[in-house]
Amino acid sequence: MAEASRKVVLGLGNLLNRDEGLGVQALKVLDAQLGPHPEVELLDGGVLGLNLLMIVEECSHLLILDAVNAGEPVGTIVELAKEQIPLYTGIKLSEHQITFQEVLGLANMRGKLPQYLHLVGIQPEDLSIGLELSPTVTASLPQMIERARARLLDWHIIKAQEE
Amino acid sequence: MANRIVIDPITRIEGHLRIEAALDGSNKITQAYSSGTMVRGIEIILRGRDPREAWAFAQRACGVCTTVHSFASIRSVEDALGIKIPKAANLIRNLMIAQQYVHDHVMHFYHLHALDWVDVVSCLKANPAQTSAIQQKISSWPNSSPAYFAGIKQRVQSIVDSGQLSIFANAYWGHPAYKLPPEVNLLAVAHYLEALDWQKDAVKIHTIFGGKNPHPNFVVGGVPMPIDLNSDTALNANRLSIISDSIDKMVDFVDQVYLPDLLAIAPYYLEYGSLGEGLGNFLTWGEFPGEDNSDTSKFLVPRAVILNKDLKNIQQPDPRDFQRMQEFVAHSWYNYGGGDQAGLHPWQGETAFNYTGPKPPYDYLNVDQKYSWLKSPRWAETPMEVGPLARVLAMYAGGHAQTKELVDTILKTLNVPLTAVFSTLGRTAARAVETKVFADAMRTYYNDLIAEIKAGDTSTFNGDKWEPSTWPSRAQGFGFMEAPRGALGHWIVISNGKIENYQMVVPTTWNGSPRDHKGQAGAYEASLVGTTLAKPEWPLEILRTIHSFDPCMACAIHMVDAKGNDLGEVATGLSVCVS
Repeated sequence: MAEASRKVVLGLGNLLNRDEGLGVQALKVLDAQLGPHPEVELLDGGVLGLNLLMIVEECSHLLILDAVNAGEPVGTIVELAKEQIPLYTGIKLSEHQITFQEVLGLANMRGKLPQYLHLVGIQPEDLSIGLELSPTVTASLPQMIERARARLLDWHIIKAQEE
Repeated sequence: MANRIVIDPITRIEGHLRIEAALDGSNKITQAYSSGTMVRGIEIILRGRDPREAWAFAQRACGVCTTVHSFASIRSVEDALGIKIPKAANLIRNLMIAQQYVHDHVMHFYHLHALDWVDVVSCLKANPAQTSAIQQKISSWPNSSPAYFAGIKQRVQSIVDSGQLSIFANAYWGHPAYKLPPEVNLLAVAHYLEALDWQKDAVKIHTIFGGKNPHPNFVVGGVPMPIDLNSDTALNANRLSIISDSIDKMVDFVDQVYLPDLLAIAPYYLEYGSLGEGLGNFLTWGEFPGEDNSDTSKFLVPRAVILNKDLKNIQQPDPRDFQRMQEFVAHSWYNYGGGDQAGLHPWQGETAFNYTGPKPPYDYLNVDQKYSWLKSPRWAETPMEVGPLARVLAMYAGGHAQTKELVDTILKTLNVPLTAVFSTLGRTAARAVETKVFADAMRTYYNDLIAEIKAGDTSTFNGDKWEPSTWPSRAQGFGFMEAPRGALGHWIVISNGKIENYQMVVPTTWNGSPRDHKGQAGAYEASLVGTTLAKPEWPLEILRTIHSFDPCMACAIHMVDAKGNDLGEVATGLSVCVS
């Protein structure tokens, strides 16, 4: 079996429900900021379910960008370390119900959770139909990107910018 | 678990399929109501956009249905503008669509539906040597030794011991309606686990043809990846060989695992051959074009309407028929400008929200009024079932030899009559039958593609009408797609280069629709009537039938007993999709 060695930043969420898609929007901003970055893959996971299992299990380092409902004031940056991310599984009534936490739960059950796993997110404000992020989340986005970069630095995946 | 804090990362797309069922004194369902509790707004987002980009938004509507919405979208634009795609592009699309079926159906069976029939906990009582004997009897699948199954049993034991059993999704272990012996349960659990590894090979086709992972690319006029056997970036010899290998692995799993498992499990649940029938009316838009999307006579799956289970009088539905293809909103939370009793063809479709339901949380919906975010699509004002059973019946009635042979063999093996196909069991078997047909078709499409390349025909994109300056000022199109869970249609109206109207009629809307202007029930609603629940607080029997349709939404079930007492909401899920 191939060694899990991919280093991935995975943006999650539904772009059609405003702040729900903030993880994917953040990914685009991070991509533009990093410039060429052969050392790390930036992947748009959208709302794909089980199809992401393969990617997760091939990672040594996985940084997730996502909208997080942590019961915090809207716009709050939320960070979850590996042991804090709930590997949620529950009663499932549609194949479409597979949440990303369930993908992580399956990977864990199979003993293939990435060694380094971290989540950076924002408490969303508006999940209604639409493509634009809410003003509050838009204002928090730079800070979220900063935290994501700090994590990649900490993992020695990217180097500090010189300027 | 002491470290775990209670935080709930937003579950993907929220919304439910809600089933309300009324029971009589013997816990038999007398009436059922199906409600979609999430509104879909994709139509509003698409208005005014470039039609060539519609697929990129449509595919975001759902994580499982990305491919089907993308194809339906680009086909609608091609239909509107009269674009014919190159032959090689059609073969590549057929391969992608067939892959989607095989992948989706296998995962549906093992990851969702099998657990309605398989009691995971029971497999801890299994004798692995006996499971091994069963496996070796039903197929030549290599993972069949007693030691292999003993290992699986141990894995399940460790999962149970660690408190992670909920990974298996269903919480009804020990329900009296589970009938399989422990050894067969162990067999199915082993294949549940194997399917997770298998799908990694299965997705390679999409990764290659889409040119991008995890969201593939699509293009109006063909497929985005060029063919050049000597190029590193195109569809080359190396990539073709990966695809061929992936097809082999898919076919093997279907032949050696999925079909044999179906036949090993079905004999214990034959009563479902006469439960869950539903409407007896079926509709397909058809799939797998021969060369040209508009020549339905060369489709592998015919475009068909079947009424009252009559397989001798097949009609071909015309999606452009303003009088017959209509959506109604009499019981849906929408307003029509011309009144809520009217029916509208999707090209004239309106998406004006009008929520009149109770403020959540609530006990019941008022089913005499509007009670769903799903509209009621109807063919000639008649409710229709869509999905694998509709397709298999269309192929069977159309004389497709392999389908006929597979269906007849299964009926004979289970010793049930043809009428048993109109049931929960029939729907589940039909899914396996078409998986086999489409898996084998992949090999044919692949060989045809290779022959096409050898003949030098490597064009994959027709750009003649790419520029909006070549378009008429106004055009309307229909994009068909037989999604794994049923007939999907996208209807587009293009005006001055932009989208003026866009309506999707998705399979779960056909099947899960509420009552219509005539009070006629939708497919889910009709299929549940007459089923008796062994334990109403654990409505496993409802799940079996609803899951046999492969709903695109998580489902909450709400029940009322004979005296009108609320039995409570017994199951909830959190996400939804729109296909």
